[in-house]
Amino acid sequence: MLDILKTDKTIRWAALAFLALALSGLVIDAWILNNLMFGLARGLAVLGLLVLWRTGLISFGHALYFGIGAYTVALLDTFAGVTDLVLRLGVAVAASAAIGFLLGFILRKYRGIFFAMLSLAFSMVLYGILVKIEALGSTDGFSVSATTIFGWKPETKFPLFCAIVATAVVAIVCVQFYLRTTLGHLTTAIRDNELRVEYLGYSVAKAIHIKYVISAALTGAAGAMLATALGQVDPDSMVNWTISGELVFITIMAGPGNVVAPFIGGIVFEFLRTYAFEWAPQAWQLIVGGALLAIIFFLPRGIWSIFEKLMARIKGSQG
Amino acid sequence: MTARTLGKAIRTAALASAVAAAASMGGAAAAKNTIKVAIVTFLTGPAAGPFGVPGKNGAELMIDAINAGGLPGHSKGFGGATLDPVFADEAGGNSKQVAEYRNLVEKQNVDAVVGYISSGSCMATAPVAEELKKLTIVTICGTPSLFEDEPRSYVFRTQGSAVGDSIAAAHYVTQFMPDVTSYTGINQNYAFGQDSWKFFKQAMEQINPKAKASSNPQFPKIFSGQYGAEISTLSLDRAELVHSSFWDGDIEAFVLQALVRGFFDDKRFAAVVGDSAVDSLGAKFPDGVLIGTRSRSGILIRRDTTDPLNVWFIKAYKERYGAYPVGPSYQYAKAVHFLKLGLDKAAAAAGGFPTQAQMIEGLKGLSFNSVDGKTAMALGGGHQAIHDVGYGFTEFDKEKGEPAATNVKFYAAECINPPEGMLAEEWVDKGMPGAKCD
Repeated sequence: MLDILKTDKTIRWAALAFLALALSGLVIDAWILNNLMFGLARGLAVLGLLVLWRTGLISFGHALYFGIGAYTVALLDTFAGVTDLVLRLGVAVAASAAIGFLLGFILRKYRGIFFAMLSLAFSMVLYGILVKIEALGSTDGFSVSATTIFGWKPETKFPLFCAIVATAVVAIVCVQFYLRTTLGHLTTAIRDNELRVEYLGYSVAKAIHIKYVISAALTGAAGAMLATALGQVDPDSMVNWTISGELVFITIMAGPGNVVAPFIGGIVFEFLRTYAFEWAPQAWQLIVGGALLAIIFFLPRGIWSIFEKLMARIKGSQG
Repeated sequence: MTARTLGKAIRTAALASAVAAAASMGGAAAAKNTIKVAIVTFLTGPAAGPFGVPGKNGAELMIDAINAGGLPGHSKGFGGATLDPVFADEAGGNSKQVAEYRNLVEKQNVDAVVGYISSGSCMATAPVAEELKKLTIVTICGTPSLFEDEPRSYVFRTQGSAVGDSIAAAHYVTQFMPDVTSYTGINQNYAFGQDSWKFFKQAMEQINPKAKASSNPQFPKIFSGQYGAEISTLSLDRAELVHSSFWDGDIEAFVLQALVRGFFDDKRFAAVVGDSAVDSLGAKFPDGVLIGTRSRSGILIRRDTTDPLNVWFIKAYKERYGAYPVGPSYQYAKAVHFLKLGLDKAAAAAGGFPTQAQMIEGLKGLSFNSVDGKTAMALGGGHQAIHDVGYGFTEFDKEKGEPAATNVKFYAAECINPPEGMLAEEWVDKGMPGAKCD
């Protein structure tokens, strides 16, 4: 695993960029810091979707894990008074990975639209439970109290921002490492020809199952971080199918090209929405939807393809 | 992005030093020409048409009138300043509202926030308002928890809580529907719906103990729009009266779906906050439904009001928007009016445009007459309003071709609200000691 840190270009550049981003947190406005936190948190979930997407699987139900992550934080806070960030994140990731592991036994048998719809169904089961039960906050949800880090209560948002940036970097390194293992290399192979993978002696179902659990854990982490950064959870903003759709939207917008792309996509989405909301409070959804259409038409491989083209041009001019 | 961020950082730093310089010169009461106020209401989604937009219209009408000096009997401006509104959408869930509240305060730098219809949104944003220390006037939002859970320093609410509506409804049912011996309810499964049913039932147990509550009240999800199953369940229930705190598009959907199922033929219906649907459904809305507007407003007072502000509001609203103002129109207009009165008072006391702390002092405990009668900020340490609440029965006026109400009766604010410092639940449980009813 250490090798990858030395040799992988993406990781080197990403580490530098994220370090710069963390430092910028000292000077930027509070609202920019907030939106960066929300964007990076969402980026974690999109990274989870990317892991699946590379195999040709699209989940329309990842709000399930997003919600499990967020509600784990809220319930721990409301009923047990847990405010520690590491504990919140740890339990949220464990809970979503566990549910992902169980549901994986069913979902790994399905592909394409069946996989998408079945995951949607599971996420709506959680949504239904949350809105019906008063003890779980029904549609109001819960407020989440400010986080502590190992017993220390920070005065500003900056430490939390750094923690989110650090989580993003760790996630990037882990996913990049995973994609370079044999199991990770099976990703595209499964998409291209499942039968051949089976003949090579690998279990497709098992490979997909592992992917699904990784994806669930990342999305759970995203929900936990967003709930902590925002200080509020509720089913309509965290668990509804529209949120699953939003995550798929950002995945398409970001493009599958690179493990850093989801975070760029998440941040672009947050700012796009903030400005759309400010400029057109009555039609902001239209602007966000229009932006997706424009990206699909003009950048079919997502925002990341701009970076790819830039890199190619720089290399070309050097050569 | 980086260049922009850097530019913004430099600008912020420059601004900060300018503010520091101004503060060191000791000019607290500087003149101010405009104040930027966010008006938050449902602009998209199912609550926009029946509730959000009439609310926005009410606020807009009041802001324009005060900015132009056109509000009868009032001076021009808000503490001398012109109000520059920023409209924001309340749709999309509570977490989104929290994020947007932060954007309004930290990005758009508004001086105050006025709004929030849903109890969900106001409960979610109130802690953030306290954290960011920003004056926030909640316009509607019925749950009593807003001020009972913890004291608030920066949040005000110009609308009485669901406690008043529910107790008044229990009084009205007892007085005008004496034959009712059992009742059930259909309320949205969130803070306001749960509270409305809880307090109605609790008040009925005190005021009208012979009437029995059903063991199977319905709690569908807010904005769900389809109530076939619930209507069947309610129809099978033996209870004669159905209590509902439905509002927004839900009340319209419920009434239309209940009509085709013959629900109103054998059930009596109490739509405690349903007046917006009476106006939008017109002749289709059944007669004889118990209807409330949450204050001296809307269909209950329209025919015979003589209060000058009320008369002005109805006339100006109808001229500008071509329809009668409904509950939320009054409530938004009242919140804006309240801000003006508080700012004027604070400006007079400060001898110039007030600081936020001075504004809050000016607003605290204010008693005032507005477009829907008298309101007193009597609870929650001067942050929570009480006012009269009344009910009537719907009766479509065929001659005029518009809805009207009969048997209208208002209950005094002091009759339906607990005294300061006492939890509503405890007060009703003890038999509402000290209530001043006529």
